[in-house]
Amino acid sequence: MTGVRLSTSVEPERLVKTHCCFCGQQCGIQLKVRDNQVIGFEPWEEFPFNRGMLCPKGVKRYLQGSHPDRLTTAFRRDSSSASGFSPMPYHQAIARVASEIERIQQAHGAGAIAVLGGASLTTEKTYLLGKFARVCLKTPFIDYNGRLCMVSAGAANKKAFGIDRTTNPWSDMVGTDVIWVAGSNVAECSPITTNYIWQAREQGAKIIIQDPRITPAARTCDLYLPVKPGRDAALFAGVLQIMIERNWLDHAFIDEHTVGFDQVAEYCQSWTLSRTADVTGVPQRALMQAAEWWGTAKTSFLFHARGIEHHSNGVQNALGTINLVLASGRIGKPKSGYGTIVGQANGQGGREHGQKCDQLPGWRDISNPEHRRYIAGVWGVDEQELPAAGVDAYELFRKIDRGEIKGLLSICFNPKVSLPDNTFITRCLEKLEFYTAIDFFMNDSAWHADIVLPGSLQEEDEGTVTQVEGRIIKINKAVACPGEAREDWRILQDIAQALGRPRGFTFEHPREIFEELRVASKGGVADYSGVTYEKITQQLGVFWPCYSEDPRTGAPIDDHLGTPRLFERGSYNPVAKGNGPFYFPDGRARFNVAEYRPPVDDACDEYPIYLTTGRVISQFLSGTQTRRIGPLVHQYPEPRIEMHPRLAAKLGIADGEWATAETRRGALTLRAQVVTTIRPDTVFIPYHWAGPKSANQLTVAAQDPISKIPQYKVCGCRVRKAGAPPDYATVLEPQQ
Amino acid sequence: MAKPDYLHFFIDPNRCIGCQACVQACSECDTHRGESMIHLEYVNRPESVQTVPVVCMHCEQPTCAEVCPADAIKRTGDGVVQSARKPRCIACGNCVVACPFGVPELYEDRKIMMKCDMCYDRTSVGKKPMCATVCPSQALFFGSREQIEQLRPLSTPVNTFQFGNQTITTQVYAMVPRKLANRPSHVDVTAAMNEHPRSRAVSLKVVSTPTTPADAAALDADPFAEIEV
Repeated sequence: MTGVRLSTSVEPERLVKTHCCFCGQQCGIQLKVRDNQVIGFEPWEEFPFNRGMLCPKGVKRYLQGSHPDRLTTAFRRDSSSASGFSPMPYHQAIARVASEIERIQQAHGAGAIAVLGGASLTTEKTYLLGKFARVCLKTPFIDYNGRLCMVSAGAANKKAFGIDRTTNPWSDMVGTDVIWVAGSNVAECSPITTNYIWQAREQGAKIIIQDPRITPAARTCDLYLPVKPGRDAALFAGVLQIMIERNWLDHAFIDEHTVGFDQVAEYCQSWTLSRTADVTGVPQRALMQAAEWWGTAKTSFLFHARGIEHHSNGVQNALGTINLVLASGRIGKPKSGYGTIVGQANGQGGREHGQKCDQLPGWRDISNPEHRRYIAGVWGVDEQELPAAGVDAYELFRKIDRGEIKGLLSICFNPKVSLPDNTFITRCLEKLEFYTAIDFFMNDSAWHADIVLPGSLQEEDEGTVTQVEGRIIKINKAVACPGEAREDWRILQDIAQALGRPRGFTFEHPREIFEELRVASKGGVADYSGVTYEKITQQLGVFWPCYSEDPRTGAPIDDHLGTPRLFERGSYNPVAKGNGPFYFPDGRARFNVAEYRPPVDDACDEYPIYLTTGRVISQFLSGTQTRRIGPLVHQYPEPRIEMHPRLAAKLGIADGEWATAETRRGALTLRAQVVTTIRPDTVFIPYHWAGPKSANQLTVAAQDPISKIPQYKVCGCRVRKAGAPPDYATVLEPQQ
Repeated sequence: MAKPDYLHFFIDPNRCIGCQACVQACSECDTHRGESMIHLEYVNRPESVQTVPVVCMHCEQPTCAEVCPADAIKRTGDGVVQSARKPRCIACGNCVVACPFGVPELYEDRKIMMKCDMCYDRTSVGKKPMCATVCPSQALFFGSREQIEQLRPLSTPVNTFQFGNQTITTQVYAMVPRKLANRPSHVDVTAAMNEHPRSRAVSLKVVSTPTTPADAAALDADPFAEIEV
């Protein structure tokens, strides 16, 4: 029997071409829609980045919309209710939020209200949120969860290149000689990138992976560098020193296109091979091998992610990688590039248009008078009225603790799970006079809110996102918001309206917001002015910068295709004005001395083991979505504490037994997973869970002095066999 | 219609990252919703992250069908071995025991054997199987011989397997490296921490319970044998 197609199930009314709602890869996917419900998915094989490929989260993401926990009304805190919350009509909730904001601002000033945003929002929403904080609320205190994600890379890119974007499309990777992956669990955190790496290897590339754990991609790599957590800057300095000694350098490139090499070379002198090996825990032979492959390659890629960025030395670590790239001269070419692998959906776009505390749209600087004037003009306000730079997301909580900030509006951020030392965060949330949370599910932080407003799922709204390669893509609406839930941008506008400050917040459609964003970004480094929804759809993505005026002549153009590859020789950019490919007035890239500093709260006699944290493939960020998707929960139901058999033997812990990890902040008890694939001096705990299973009870709130990223990836810890199972072990609990 | 005969299924366990996208996607199929027909297992998680995906190999002479007393397992003209036919299957489990690849599974509650049918609802109308479409590492690949030869120059497709005296030829190919790797895959971090690498990982048994003085001495002699804490 051949050819009879089995017709077994509900057929969708239509397929909506859009993208996954989770990580920064932003895989194309088609959602099956019927009766205003997403009922399944179909691969979208034409989308060039992933060509139909998806990870398990992408496969099951369609299940979130029909979850019974989906918020369809507003809620208010109500101690008389069994859950602690009662539903209330949406417009009453908005009125209450506005009156409390008004009250707090009158009593304590505009800056007593803070806003927290997120990098899973569309660029339109992040743009509107930044404008809402500065123009409607007039508060300087806005920041976002990209603070926990890409800011170290962003700060390093700014210092070295004057622009903050991955340099090449991923398709450039195939055919390169060497790929160095520093601190990125590619297979679990950006799975689609794996195929690009494997394909490059098939064409002859050598793969170097630097990680304290043998991740799935590291298992078959050509060179595995088992770096001790928090020692990355030392490793890069040591490798560069070998390259200098062996003269594996591109002198012509260094002379012509960079400044600052001599200072870096001087710093690296102290990083002898033996000292580097001692500090990093990577054997000398492996360091030599890495330097030789990297130093003598003709083409190469270097990627890094949170593994080297989540450190109190995160910017220096990222600068260390950039120094290796610049010394090799391999950047701005078809088979050679550099980039950070962003974590969140809009990790790139969400950091460009103004929800960051020191930034205005177009990657402009809020303390630059010229930038302020331009944006104030777009927004129709007096430049003097625009607030100054605020503070980072963690400092914002310290301000809450000190009573300086009394009210908080959060969207797309679950600080109770995702911030380090989260016992402190919980205390701060309870200290707030008034807390409004916007979300589509009751996230763990929202349980501390006074009002919860029902926002939109990604598939319930339209807009753009800029994915890992710097490609702007289009999110399409598949279904309408259920019940009284509404698009997040409408909620912000409703609050502005209720506050009696509607000016600038009367958009009817995301497209209108995007049109204003195009103008606001024009002339900035992240120039989106030539991007239209239609161009994105036609080209299957547009790489920024994409100009509406020829940067050389100022003549209007409407056919600029975008900029897939940065820093090509002879390329023109509006900062260098023809002086060179990099985004500084002289057109040259900057070497920066990337100094090694030991981690804060490093392992010591009292806390002798390194604790590091990260993700698993089936969960995403703080788990608000993925802990509600059954098949993903089933795949990895609860966090385990991963340790090497040597450490386990020493501690008397067997695989599957309960083990307690303790740091200066707290303790938690999880089952042990005893595996040879982790350094014996290190334990690993994934961070997606809340409450007694939350890894961030243990992590330290030390931050990088430049980027303010928290040091999630290392702190001193001690581990013992648990005397008894934890309380939660016997309780049938919801995953949330 | 039938599965186009120039398109084949290729499995490359070297590429597998154990993400389970295939498993999750397989369970979305309308013909067996909620159940995955793919098996994806760790080989030995305590000592490696290696995983192996197993789909039905679609044998030329399917052992499962040969041992079926009810003649419930049919092979279509285009070579795809189907799940058991419901009216015939007596859920005896012969096929489960006999399959050399361990593919068929008995669903006791439904009294039927089900297995991978290479997404016949898709492949018979010119689409790729769902697992091979979504697989992020392309450990599961569906395409032509020419494509695989161009894309995977380091390995060669193999479809003949020897199990004891039984030689099996399959529709599905396994990708085998052309050259044996000159170094073993990374399975134990401590091997990479050693200045002088050993070819094999230290086994858990030796480390946790040194039974002979020689073993204990070997540990002592290794500067990395004691954890640096």
